[in-house]
Amino acid sequence: MSSPAVPPPVVKAKTLYCVNCGGPVELRGFGHTLSVVCPQCHTVLDVSTPLVQILQRAQEAQERIQPTIPLGTRGTIENVTWEVIGFQVRQIEVEGVRYSWDEYLLFNPYYGFRYLSEYRGHWNFIRTLPLVPETIRGPRPAQRVQGVTYKHFQHCSATTTFVLGEFPWRAQQGDTATVDDYIAPPRVLSAERMDGEIVWSLGEYWTGAQIWKTFGLSGQPDRAGGVYENQPSPHQGQAGAMWSMYWWMMAALAAIVLYFMVMSRREVVWAEQRTFSTGARGEPSFVTPVFELQGHTSNAQIYIQTDLDNNWAYFNLALINQDTGRAWDFGREVSYYYGNDGGESWTEGGRSDSVTLPSIPPGHYYLRIEPEMDAKLPSSMSYYVSIRRDVPTYAFFLIAAVLLIIPPILAAMRIGSFETARWRESDYAPSSGGG
Amino acid sequence: MSQPSSSCPSCGAPVNFRWSGSVQTVCPFCKSILVRTDIDLTKVGKVADLPPDSSPIQIGTEGALDNKAFTVAGRILYEYEFGGWNEWHLVFSDGSSGWLSDAQLEYDVTWLAQPQPQPGTFPEGLVPEDRINFGGRDVQVTSITRAHYKGVEGELPFEYWDKAEVTFVDLRSCDEQFATIDYTEKPPLLFQGRVVQFDELCLKNVREFEGWSPAGRR
Repeated sequence: MSSPAVPPPVVKAKTLYCVNCGGPVELRGFGHTLSVVCPQCHTVLDVSTPLVQILQRAQEAQERIQPTIPLGTRGTIENVTWEVIGFQVRQIEVEGVRYSWDEYLLFNPYYGFRYLSEYRGHWNFIRTLPLVPETIRGPRPAQRVQGVTYKHFQHCSATTTFVLGEFPWRAQQGDTATVDDYIAPPRVLSAERMDGEIVWSLGEYWTGAQIWKTFGLSGQPDRAGGVYENQPSPHQGQAGAMWSMYWWMMAALAAIVLYFMVMSRREVVWAEQRTFSTGARGEPSFVTPVFELQGHTSNAQIYIQTDLDNNWAYFNLALINQDTGRAWDFGREVSYYYGNDGGESWTEGGRSDSVTLPSIPPGHYYLRIEPEMDAKLPSSMSYYVSIRRDVPTYAFFLIAAVLLIIPPILAAMRIGSFETARWRESDYAPSSGGG
Repeated sequence: MSQPSSSCPSCGAPVNFRWSGSVQTVCPFCKSILVRTDIDLTKVGKVADLPPDSSPIQIGTEGALDNKAFTVAGRILYEYEFGGWNEWHLVFSDGSSGWLSDAQLEYDVTWLAQPQPQPGTFPEGLVPEDRINFGGRDVQVTSITRAHYKGVEGELPFEYWDKAEVTFVDLRSCDEQFATIDYTEKPPLLFQGRVVQFDELCLKNVREFEGWSPAGRR
């Protein structure tokens, strides 16, 4: 193979002189630059031919805007060096309000061009896409690129209000393009239509801190204001993590419940069937024989089953520790009524009752029981009382289950309010200012 | 592989071909456009010096695509209203030839479609955003470019020295497939290929740029 007879020399950077003010104009984009703004007088020069021509006289009514990242600044992104060579301010008007953002043109003589955009401290690193997305039709248009669906966010007409530096097209004040943004945070897909051509680009959300670090800027970035269209939610993934945590906790809870169900002794330590009658003479109260509650401090359940029939009974109860004399006094009412009202049968109350005394230390106990019934009419009942040790209770588990669901619900609400703030700025705001 | 060689009928300088299939070359010394008939060369014209351009690719750049090595043997430089672009003639190690387009450092590689589509496959009067179903694939017209040729350099697989106005219709798909219809010929010629990233081409012997490390990396 032969090599070129005369190897082309190293491509030199070029400086030309402004045809308006004569000042030097440095070109950073080599032969790719079509237009450049004179840094002295802000005249826009057409440099597409060796004969430099004025494309636009000094831009009207503009104070000199200083780009946050000065022209000529270099930064390395994924091992490729990029140099800021162009800057423009673009503006849209929504419901009579003007919003403007900054756009930077980045250049590398091998890798081509990239863009940075900045709006109120929110940044995007943007590349043009050499493809046509798949359009997904529906009430809200969407586009699909490489398996990711981007939802339509906003349609607007963007006008360039200020340019600095150089561009591979004839950039000037007044350039207008229609822009459609589609979002899949942290990315934004944009379609820009200008001069009968459509250019697709893909932006990736960057924070000010990332920009400062990449381009070695001094000072601190301003705090970003509001929620930006493709800003990733700070609660991203939180809901999922919380729900999976919730289900793990629930599973753990269920395991504990199961453990208690299996391991609880539930032993009946004393039980007796007795009768009571209002007509009977003598003391209605009685004490049970002494029984032992074994094991660790645990609960004791007193269960009462009666044969009440449209009647009530009241039980004065006391669990007394024979060893210490400590007593747990309590009363239970049992009532059971039923009837038929105009063909509709009803019941009220029930024939049985149970009460669980928590934290009863082990020891020797007896139960004092004093039944009462309506003394005005002769009543009698047969009843059964039992005391059981170490009965599983589920109320605490129920409370725990309810408490556990709160964090994921709060997270879901936070996510929801972030998304509401995001879409409030779109064409699909739930209720726009105009009504 | 032995390359045909001859001498320039205009200035007598030796002219070596990189590719046995080359039909046209430009004398690197006197810029005469030479057409092979077979190994005698006929001077058919002369190119003006190419305007300085800033493509990182040059004649002699080597690279590979999909594990197939290529050498850049020639180029056509086009100019249109919004700038210019290069079509680099690639000669692959298997003797086939293709085109590496560098339009403002966006690259794609195309080959002359074989076989060419039936006449009438592409409707007349296409406009940007028109969608065509082509070969089972949904493609969209992304640009229509009316250009003129600004110059040629090196070896080309056909005579390309008297073409003035050319129209290209670019078609893109959702998966980075790329095609261009060249309306210079009748019926138009279809070139098909795909978008390529700079790194994908594994280029060697690229140009150097003042102030930049080779290949623009850190």
